[in-house]
Amino acid sequence: MMDALGEPQGVLVLGGSSEIAIATVLALPRGRLRRVVLAGRPSPALGEAAATLTRAGVQGVESADFDASDTSLHAGVVDAAFDGGDIDIVLLAFGVLGDQAEAEADPDAAVKVATVNYTGAVSIGLRVAARLRQQGHGTLVVLSSVAGDRARRSNFVYGSTKAGLDAFAQGLGDALHGTGARVLIVRPGFVRPKMTTGLDEAPLTIDPQDVAKIIVTALRKGKETVYAPGPLRFVMAGLKSVPRPLFRKLPL
Amino acid sequence: MSTTTSPLELQPGERVLTGWGRTAPSTAVVRSARSTADVQDAIVTAGGRGVLARGLGRSYGDAAQSGGATVLDLSAMDRIELDVAAGTATVGAGVSLDAVMRALIPHGWFVPVTPGTRMVTVGGAIAADVHGKNHHRDGTFGSHVQSMTIVDGRGDVRVLDQVSTPTEFWTTVGGMGLTGVVTEATFDLIPITSSRISVDTVRTRDLDHVMDLMLTGDDAYRYSVAWVDSVHPSGRGVLTRGGHADAERLTSAGAQDPLAFDPKVLATAPPLIPNGLVNPLTMRAFNEAWFRKAPKKRDGELQHIAEFFHPLDIVQDWNRAYGPQGFLQYQFAVPDDAGHLVGAALAALRGVGALSALTVLKRFGAANPGPLSFPQPGWTLAVDVPAGVDGLGPVLDRLDEQVLGAGGRLYLAKDSRMSPAMMAASYPRLAEWQRQRDAMDPDGVFTSDLARRLSL
Repeated sequence: MMDALGEPQGVLVLGGSSEIAIATVLALPRGRLRRVVLAGRPSPALGEAAATLTRAGVQGVESADFDASDTSLHAGVVDAAFDGGDIDIVLLAFGVLGDQAEAEADPDAAVKVATVNYTGAVSIGLRVAARLRQQGHGTLVVLSSVAGDRARRSNFVYGSTKAGLDAFAQGLGDALHGTGARVLIVRPGFVRPKMTTGLDEAPLTIDPQDVAKIIVTALRKGKETVYAPGPLRFVMAGLKSVPRPLFRKLPL
Repeated sequence: MSTTTSPLELQPGERVLTGWGRTAPSTAVVRSARSTADVQDAIVTAGGRGVLARGLGRSYGDAAQSGGATVLDLSAMDRIELDVAAGTATVGAGVSLDAVMRALIPHGWFVPVTPGTRMVTVGGAIAADVHGKNHHRDGTFGSHVQSMTIVDGRGDVRVLDQVSTPTEFWTTVGGMGLTGVVTEATFDLIPITSSRISVDTVRTRDLDHVMDLMLTGDDAYRYSVAWVDSVHPSGRGVLTRGGHADAERLTSAGAQDPLAFDPKVLATAPPLIPNGLVNPLTMRAFNEAWFRKAPKKRDGELQHIAEFFHPLDIVQDWNRAYGPQGFLQYQFAVPDDAGHLVGAALAALRGVGALSALTVLKRFGAANPGPLSFPQPGWTLAVDVPAGVDGLGPVLDRLDEQVLGAGGRLYLAKDSRMSPAMMAASYPRLAEWQRQRDAMDPDGVFTSDLARRLSL
């Protein structure tokens, strides 16, 4: 149960090896935290994420098997997490970047990106929302992306999955409005974790820890949508209004 | 058109509930119970998230809310019956002390204990085992309950009293609604001849001054409480003490109707107030004004019961003044030898800019047998602070440790943020209470957000 000062007791991370998610757990007030479930595909990275949290003194870290693309198992994952005690914050943090050229050459590769990033999120997101409604409180934090604000030539497969995810999360947040359960949409720009290594660094690039701080502040203030960093909101507002003939020519 | 009902949207009867501090909301199905049979039905048909009775929602934190549960509203169980020969009242659990006072004061009877608001139900007063300005003499509300009817976790109706069922009685008094749903209670009344209190007021120059006056003089008064200026480093304040005034003391107009009692709500706080209205500047002004409006020293002033006991009830929904982030009240009790914690707590809160308008200091008398009953002999301090103050959490955690170290504890009706470890350590009889609670509610039907948060 979240307390009056916004300190959570139970957290579920979907995409348990996500650097942003782990940084967010570390940035949350920890005084009342007693259970953190890291759900992800069994991997050294998931084990390392759990070890990182435990080393940092986080209590009650558990791991759970979760594959975003295998939606038939999603109900079991969500039930197991919520049956173990109320969950105050769910971080929907899984996603794959994919490779745009590969996706264009091999549509099956594009489908994989879409299945994880969009279909998987719809499946788990609705199940999480139903359990938040049943317990009468809690926030689903959806890690979207500025890539979904406007699809770009250079990564429109990924961008379109995030656009879909973002629209889904907005609608879900509206459906839950006034119910005690909430959705917080986070739209990071360029973040420096493993997913973007090898790309040239864009302006306003930030670290996972910066995104984490923005998420924690947004949770405390009860926000519905945040950009990370904040000023990206205005950059994206500008980009969204650029006419397509011109947008196509922008070096993005 | 879809015919499937969305599990996401608010269903009929569902309401988002918070405590008086308006923090940490959760949603529950609120159901009106008009009879004992209704209460039994709610208990035996309870879903996995359980059942909880809620009164007027004056507990500050999450004691009267339970996410996903069935929350019972007993305001329709509103019988009030006066037994003049016994000097007792038998009332439905949903009856407010306000309603009891309006009904009984004109007949010359007063409630045995009233907290700082009349807007609490009798069921809530038992669950939180509330105290008032007379605790040093008369103890808590629960100790004046002759008997009560509850529906336990099996749906069985039981009548509890202090003599024949002391264990169940004292597990329920202060038990935060977790042993059963109180449906009716019979409690002692105080006979009065007027609706006025004869009040002695002293402005006190610092904490030592007021604490010394209380230590040496409180026993001479039935009612005593001190307000402390939380802004001023000295801890200056106003000590008000008194007792029920005899009708002979009333002159002219008052003498016509010595038992008149018709307090009015003079204002209602607007529904939307921005964060920041309660800020260091307004708090400074409020504390200064509250100190200045009191006389330096005045004896025997006649005040109406509402003016003396319930000054805040004049403004309805005053809790909205703290804006959307809400506020919390920190109330601890410590033994006499830890009186220095009163000053230490005020200094620590001043240190993070958590200035309080309503800072109340009082002496507690003897504790009662309730394992979770809050009062214990010594000092109690209650401080209101906005929840949005940066750095508040760590300061309160450190104060918790000091309170615990001194053998003290926090009041569950006010708490919204202590840790389960603090709860277990500061209420050493928690395990005993839990065993007795489990006997009354073996399936764990009764729960609340507070119970989940503190692992009660």
